[in-house]
Amino acid sequence: MKGRVIKYGDNVDTDVIIPARYLNSSDPAELAKHCMEDLDKTFTERVREGDIMVAGRNFGCGSSREHAPIAIKASGISCIIAETFARIFYRNAINIGLPIMECPEAARDISEGDEVRVDVATGTIENLTTGKVYKAAPFPDFMQEIINADGLIPYMRERMERQ
Amino acid sequence: MGMTMTQKILAAKAGLPKVEPGQLIMADLDLVLGNDITAPVAVKEFEKIGVKDVFDKDKVAIVPDHFTPNKDIKSAEHCRMIREFAYEKEITNYFEIGQMGIEHALIPEKGLAVPGDVIIGADSHTCTYGALGAFSTGVGSTDMACGMASGKAWFKVPEAIRFELKGKLQPWVSGKDVILHIIGMIGVDGALYKSMEFGGEGMASLSMDDRFTIANMAIEAGAKNGIFEVDEKTIEYVKEHSAREYKVYKADEDAVYSRVIEINLSEIRLTVAFPHLPENTRTIDEIGEVTIDQVVIGSCTNGRISDLRAAARVLKGKKVHPGVRTIIFPATQKIYLQAMREGLLEIFIEAGAAVSTPTCGPCLGGHMGVLAKGERAVATTNRNFVGRMGHPESEVFLASPAVAAASAVTGRITSPEEVVGE
Repeated sequence: MKGRVIKYGDNVDTDVIIPARYLNSSDPAELAKHCMEDLDKTFTERVREGDIMVAGRNFGCGSSREHAPIAIKASGISCIIAETFARIFYRNAINIGLPIMECPEAARDISEGDEVRVDVATGTIENLTTGKVYKAAPFPDFMQEIINADGLIPYMRERMERQ
Repeated sequence: MGMTMTQKILAAKAGLPKVEPGQLIMADLDLVLGNDITAPVAVKEFEKIGVKDVFDKDKVAIVPDHFTPNKDIKSAEHCRMIREFAYEKEITNYFEIGQMGIEHALIPEKGLAVPGDVIIGADSHTCTYGALGAFSTGVGSTDMACGMASGKAWFKVPEAIRFELKGKLQPWVSGKDVILHIIGMIGVDGALYKSMEFGGEGMASLSMDDRFTIANMAIEAGAKNGIFEVDEKTIEYVKEHSAREYKVYKADEDAVYSRVIEINLSEIRLTVAFPHLPENTRTIDEIGEVTIDQVVIGSCTNGRISDLRAAARVLKGKKVHPGVRTIIFPATQKIYLQAMREGLLEIFIEAGAAVSTPTCGPCLGGHMGVLAKGERAVATTNRNFVGRMGHPESEVFLASPAVAAASAVTGRITSPEEVVGE
């Protein structure tokens, strides 16, 4: 996948990704309307389908609300690259089929507006604007299978059908 | 190489003789938990899996505690959805308004968490039950759905940081100050992906309520779980609250830790976290003049009976500052009743505080105490992120119940010693 970068800093928490005042809805499209609202009011206007979000350390810290990766995915973001992810967000993103990559070097180097191409299976991140290439550690096979199935529910359903 | 407490529990529940950090395992679950924000999404996902029933109707708990009593029509619809799910699946541990409490105070009180358990909850503060020597961690709604369907969850075995506690807390200093001090020291990602294991001779001086508060905020240091060694106090608590069998796991003598940190409880001072991260801590003497508009005492972090007693000790015979809206939330119905019988509610009401039925409402800016632009609150809750309790330009200062109560009296962040004079 290929996209334009929208960049944020460290400790982006799930309260700013989707403020609790909107959690009386669980509809992805409705949640996407308020995505990043308390951190960046311009996000929903400027995000385009396929854009890639890049951030610093501890992305998605705080509440376990799955509404956070749901809102990001529904707003059109195709992948998140961060130095590190908070662990519940990490699980949730994989479970709902939102590709994420942990790559400190790429996360620090890549700038707002850069064009970036990523290959989640190999962990390759290519900054088309600067020409630099980075390598994130690929996922363990088990997580890659969940990602390939587009989330934990389809993965589980496939396994149950096979049994 | 020996195993930590968490590694031992995970190995046992995965049916393995040994596990190592980084290993991916599938473990059996003793409890799967959700609330009125996370369970509706989990119910929708559960229905996509295609199984008829939950894996064990006694091992699922649903607690409508966040936007309840229903704050608006959409929240009421969500609550109806999970209530209908609970009735249809005959879930034993569904707690309706009138019986419910804030989930992380309620679950231990109902005896649903015991030493040696593996518990997942679709709420980040599920790590609270580590105070009982259980492995307990927060997950999202999809994990909750799969957990309800299969009774299993996958985990990456964590490394651990060992906190070796020694000494004894000074007067007025509580578990909240201990955990804020630790987060201030290691940072909001200081224990990322790791287990925080608490033990040592100093642990004996910590009440169970102190331990719940400390384990509760392990997530604010990024931890996968917080876990306490099991001692006589734990066993006494478990026997009082649960008829379930339990198993005590001890870390091996040669367990390997990524870091060992000694915490001298005697040196910990009253601590407050400034906006907008729980790691922005200052001790009470470093604070200066911070005036406030609201005080919230309660939540899954600090709404237990010891917390209310500490607040009452400060507020007894005093009046809250006319400029400070003071709202006190006992965390469960049982705690509410006990506080009533002990005369604590009378002290609060006579001091000019509002006392509310249990709800998570104000902690996450949901309802029952939302902040306006530019307002400041001292709260005994767990997060002070941008917009956490309301307007993105409001501010939250995290503190213990004693500091929060003292601040309610003076209208600025204050030590309880100043108000009580001892």
